[in-house]
Amino acid sequence: MPASLSARNVSHRFGSVVALDDVSLDVAAGRATALVGESGSGKTTLLRCFNRLVEPDSGAVMVGDKHVGGEQPEQLRRGIGYVQQHGGLLPHWRVLRNVALVPTLLDRSDADDVARAALELVGLPSVEFELRFPHELSGGQRQRVALARSIAARPGVVLLDEPFGALDAISRSDLQQTFDNLRKNLSVTTLLVTHDLAEAARLADEVVVMRRGKIEQRGSMRDLVRSPATDYVAHLIERARAGLEALLS
Amino acid sequence: MRICRPPTIALAVTLATVIGVAPRANGQSEPPAKPSPEQPTANSVNRPVVVASKPFGESYLLAEMFAQLLESRGFEVERRPGLGATEIAFGALRTGAIDVYPEYTGTGLVAILHDTLPDSVMADPRAVFAHVSQQFTLRYNARWLPPLGFQNTYAIAVTKATANKYHLRTLTDLARESPHLTAGFTADFIGRSDGLVGLNQVYGLRPRAVRPLAPAVKYQALASGAVDVIDGYSTDGLLAKYDLVTLIDDQHFFPPYEAAALVSGRLDREMPNALAALVLLSGRLDEATMRQLNRRLEVDGQDVRRVAGDELNTLGLVGRRSALSTRATQHAEFWAYMWDRRGYILSLTLRHLLLVVIALIAAVIVAVPLGLGLERARRVAEPTIGGLGVLQTIPSIALLAFMIPLLGVGVAPALVALWLYALYPIARGTFTGVRDADPDAVAAAEALGTTPMQRLMWVRLPLAAPVIMAGIRTAAVITVGAATLAAFIGAGGLGEPIVAGLALADTRMILSGALPAAVLALLVDGTLALVERAVTPAHRRRKLYAASAIGSLRSVAARNRP
Repeated sequence: MPASLSARNVSHRFGSVVALDDVSLDVAAGRATALVGESGSGKTTLLRCFNRLVEPDSGAVMVGDKHVGGEQPEQLRRGIGYVQQHGGLLPHWRVLRNVALVPTLLDRSDADDVARAALELVGLPSVEFELRFPHELSGGQRQRVALARSIAARPGVVLLDEPFGALDAISRSDLQQTFDNLRKNLSVTTLLVTHDLAEAARLADEVVVMRRGKIEQRGSMRDLVRSPATDYVAHLIERARAGLEALLS
Repeated sequence: MRICRPPTIALAVTLATVIGVAPRANGQSEPPAKPSPEQPTANSVNRPVVVASKPFGESYLLAEMFAQLLESRGFEVERRPGLGATEIAFGALRTGAIDVYPEYTGTGLVAILHDTLPDSVMADPRAVFAHVSQQFTLRYNARWLPPLGFQNTYAIAVTKATANKYHLRTLTDLARESPHLTAGFTADFIGRSDGLVGLNQVYGLRPRAVRPLAPAVKYQALASGAVDVIDGYSTDGLLAKYDLVTLIDDQHFFPPYEAAALVSGRLDREMPNALAALVLLSGRLDEATMRQLNRRLEVDGQDVRRVAGDELNTLGLVGRRSALSTRATQHAEFWAYMWDRRGYILSLTLRHLLLVVIALIAAVIVAVPLGLGLERARRVAEPTIGGLGVLQTIPSIALLAFMIPLLGVGVAPALVALWLYALYPIARGTFTGVRDADPDAVAAAEALGTTPMQRLMWVRLPLAAPVIMAGIRTAAVITVGAATLAAFIGAGGLGEPIVAGLALADTRMILSGALPAAVLALLVDGTLALVERAVTPAHRRRKLYAASAIGSLRSVAARNRP
């Protein structure tokens, strides 16, 4: 079941650096929100508050109707899918074992079966791929496996931290397509961190622009383009547009 | 048995027994015997007399003569020849780990007592002996038996050609010409105040260069022209062989070096009859005899047992013994020599291997958890591992010497020293391996809900295993090499023939220890390479480990350098 995400007045510092400054965010169950902004804007920190990889200094963080601090972090994390930029597959485990990690942690007897199903969902036929080691796959295939691993136990939420950032344009586009289908079929709540506005526009229902630990603007990509709330948002969009036009000319 | 053995150390004692050490030899932590109510009365003690020597030919010979003399009088004898240096041999005597070894009054005066006496006293060997003997009784409860009858002073020697070229007759002449000359001195001599340091102060001796040389090679170095001047002993057999000129100590710098048996207070108290037997040698050996005996030993390469036995027989102290193998093996082929000694070499090899295995296992048990713990406490990791690294820089012989006051001589201090040397590579390998284990994989495993223990067992340890094993392999090869030095403190092993061979300038004997040690290092390394391969995660396996095998060979070579 998809679960909603909610952060209320969350602040966090790393030493003297303010990473999150009184941020509030809601993602409705089954919806997808993209966090965009420059490096150091706090978007990854905010994402990591939801699976307690970051424990904020103040504020309330909820997944569904539960405070995240209410249960063991391991237990919480097993219910939340997670994909990072460099997939983080265990290099000494074959594909199937990697994908079956979370079902195994949850003591599910059908761990291998659900892992095979997840592989099929991300477009990797399990007969062909399940016995390979990660180093025997292409970069795109590795990210697909990482994606399969994150959804194998059918979590209600997935957190994606620049999941396609290290891929070439074609693999990236293919994988975005795969994920978009997957999310809609599985109806999973998604929080995506990306610095690519096009990716945000393609995968997310709502885009949140962050800067210096605060939210600058939130809305659909259409809203952002039509009426940027701040100079910074306008500048961000202008830059993305300029990049696209340079490509076309 | 006077040693109290709590059950907790039963294993250690069992191991020591397996290694072939009498329990007494392992009980060096036993305090020097103090008078106590249950102290056995004189003559009632039935235990072997531990006879030791320092690592040079004459010391071996005298110790062997002590040993055979005692045996002929019905005493059981345990031989501990070749103890590292003065500090180690005397340290062992003070702690009661050995009972007797041959020592020289001048050494006792300068290197142990650190006393300076007026020149008038220094010129009189009897007066020096009286002083040394009295002070040793007072300060160390150790006893000098009456001198054996000869002096073995330092003999600063040059070749005839050098003497003629520079007109050298005395040490004053030598000091004058020393800026043109390269000296080859034993490490002991370079450091001692009755050695180079004092020569520099008294004569102003300042050679162009000073090369530290092992006793076994210095005569060859001099004869080949690699060095111009060396320190020898006046009774050295090789002085005569190479026809060298001994320079006169015209300022009477060197104290008299009268040879005598130095005996522990414990033996004196417990077995006065042993002292009575040893005293039979007092005054019986003159310098000419010693030179001739040393020559048989060092130049003719005769067996030390035979030379000692012959001389005791000549002196009428011991009857002719037929059991001794007196076959002159000097000209036998090397492999025939090795074959003759195969049983001995095999037992040394097994003992060597056991020392290495025990030290290594103990090091793994401590260093792997330490490395894992340090990974969680990064702040103290580098200082801690750095501290272990500093241990590596302590020369093995010095580390062994430090052990003696704590653990005496024998297997226990050797194991502790080897264990200390093995800690660093293993702890470093574990720490680095676990720290650097694929950070993305570790982060992802954490984000997906693994516990810290699961991450350790499933991710970090498997990924770190090859690095940890590489550390263990390095430690193993280092330990095989370092264990050869264990012979200096009487722990046995393949160092025994190496130390004895160095002392007796017998290359074949050195090789009979060094070759098996090298083979052992390769076998140990090869075996661990298989283990390393077995624990290497499937995705990283390679067919060959040639590169690391060559690296291991290099470190063996580096360690075995004398």
